[in-house]
Amino acid sequence: MNNLFTYTGSSSFTEFLGAYAPDLLPSRMQAPAVPVGDQIPHATTIVAATCAGGVVMAGDRRATSGNIISQRDIEKVFRTDDYSCMGIAGTASTGIEMARLYRVELEHYEKTEGRSLSTEGKANRLATMIRGNLALAMQGLVVVPLFAAYDPAEDGGRIFSYDVGGGPYEARNYHSIGSGSIFARGSLKKLYREGASPEDTVMACLNALYDAADDDSATGGPDVTRKIWPVIAVITADGFRRLPDEEVAELVQAMLARRMEEPDGPTAPLR
Amino acid sequence: MSMPFGYASPEQIMRDRAEYARKGIARGRSVVVMQYADGILFVAPNPSKALHKISEIYDRIGFAAVGRYNEFESLRLAGIRYADINGYTFNRSDVTGRGLANLYAQQLGMIFTESIKSLEVEIVVAEVGESQAEDQIYRLTFDGSVFDEQGMAVIGGQAEAVASRLKERYKDNMPLPEALEAALVALTEPGGERPPATQLEVAVLDRGREHRKFLRLTGPRLERLLKTAKSETKPDKPAAEDVSLPEPPTAPDGDIDTGSAE
Repeated sequence: MNNLFTYTGSSSFTEFLGAYAPDLLPSRMQAPAVPVGDQIPHATTIVAATCAGGVVMAGDRRATSGNIISQRDIEKVFRTDDYSCMGIAGTASTGIEMARLYRVELEHYEKTEGRSLSTEGKANRLATMIRGNLALAMQGLVVVPLFAAYDPAEDGGRIFSYDVGGGPYEARNYHSIGSGSIFARGSLKKLYREGASPEDTVMACLNALYDAADDDSATGGPDVTRKIWPVIAVITADGFRRLPDEEVAELVQAMLARRMEEPDGPTAPLR
Repeated sequence: MSMPFGYASPEQIMRDRAEYARKGIARGRSVVVMQYADGILFVAPNPSKALHKISEIYDRIGFAAVGRYNEFESLRLAGIRYADINGYTFNRSDVTGRGLANLYAQQLGMIFTESIKSLEVEIVVAEVGESQAEDQIYRLTFDGSVFDEQGMAVIGGQAEAVASRLKERYKDNMPLPEALEAALVALTEPGGERPPATQLEVAVLDRGREHRKFLRLTGPRLERLLKTAKSETKPDKPAAEDVSLPEPPTAPDGDIDTGSAE
């Protein structure tokens, strides 16, 4: 208990946890002797795109273990503080734990120092956490996040991507991770408009997720019968906002109505 | 039996330590922590923008302190570590003001009995609940005593005088501007000048907020609030009307133990 009062390290919560209760760090877990990745639920597709004055992130709701759908309504987009969020792809359990730790990490700094981390500082911290997971990743417990934040210094949204070794790699305009990311990115490439309103960007992201679900079996499309909709977060100068289910339902219904006419969705103008 | 040279009885040692701590704490200015309709309000006259007396500990928990800055700052940091560790180990809802108050009480009590010098601090740990009845305000003194306060707490400076002025104006369920006005009246000596917005540190634990309830009120927002506070409460300025207020103050009965009186 005395550590609580006499600790003199940095303002990083992860670092303090490593000194105080190292067993709680997800990256300190003993790497299993054999790869176990296939037997543990995986989270799949996340997309993010910048919009006028902010950034949008959206994630589907499916988790899979091999060819089994292990969960239909998993949430993979997490609010990390007032102006940032992260989405996870890869091993769901490790990813969720990492998101929880990362949220505390950002808050801990903010409370001790009395100011928020810079956007680059936030992105770097996440990179260190991913790198710490490398040994586990080699045994199949791969987690790759996507980080999106509103940067008050630039008055706009920024997106950072990672690989298993860390990062960050800043992405221009839009990015996607997870098993369906190839299809989602292809879709976003055609539907993304620079400086579009948050509403239009949300629509582009929804379409990208739909296209990913269309071609990737591990990505879930909107579940109309069970009313399970993608998680959509919009971050602007006003802060983080997760769109309520009713609002997403309306947007999804509008998208589906159009897809009834054009199953492949909106097309980009050729000339 | 001959006494060894320089002998002082344990009672004397404790009295001296307490005296020393009280003097240090009374030197500064008071801090007011009180309930209002939507949560808990913290008000501290503080010319510094960087050295805070009021701070966020966790989602629903706030912290206020008076005395030596380096001493209460290290308590504050320990509180944040305690809360973050517990919230991470269990769940965010498992971090409570009571647990934190106990932790502080142990540390303060230990230092008071074991060190040559006790901490010259007095702190408040406040937790906002789902409803007014679930709000909690704990006041802790330099020797580790914990007081479960009802409705309001005043620490530091001329705590007793401030508390009695606050008690005159305190009512249950006051809206924020009115509560702020009451706190400022209490913090200002009769006939004294009120500190301007730039010299005030004001924060709330607002139960209506999502995620983290703590919010610092600064800049234009605070100035607007001060303006509404003044205009709304002008009518009962004459002292004569105070007696016949339509709603009598509903401050808790009994003396407010400010911890700084003998």
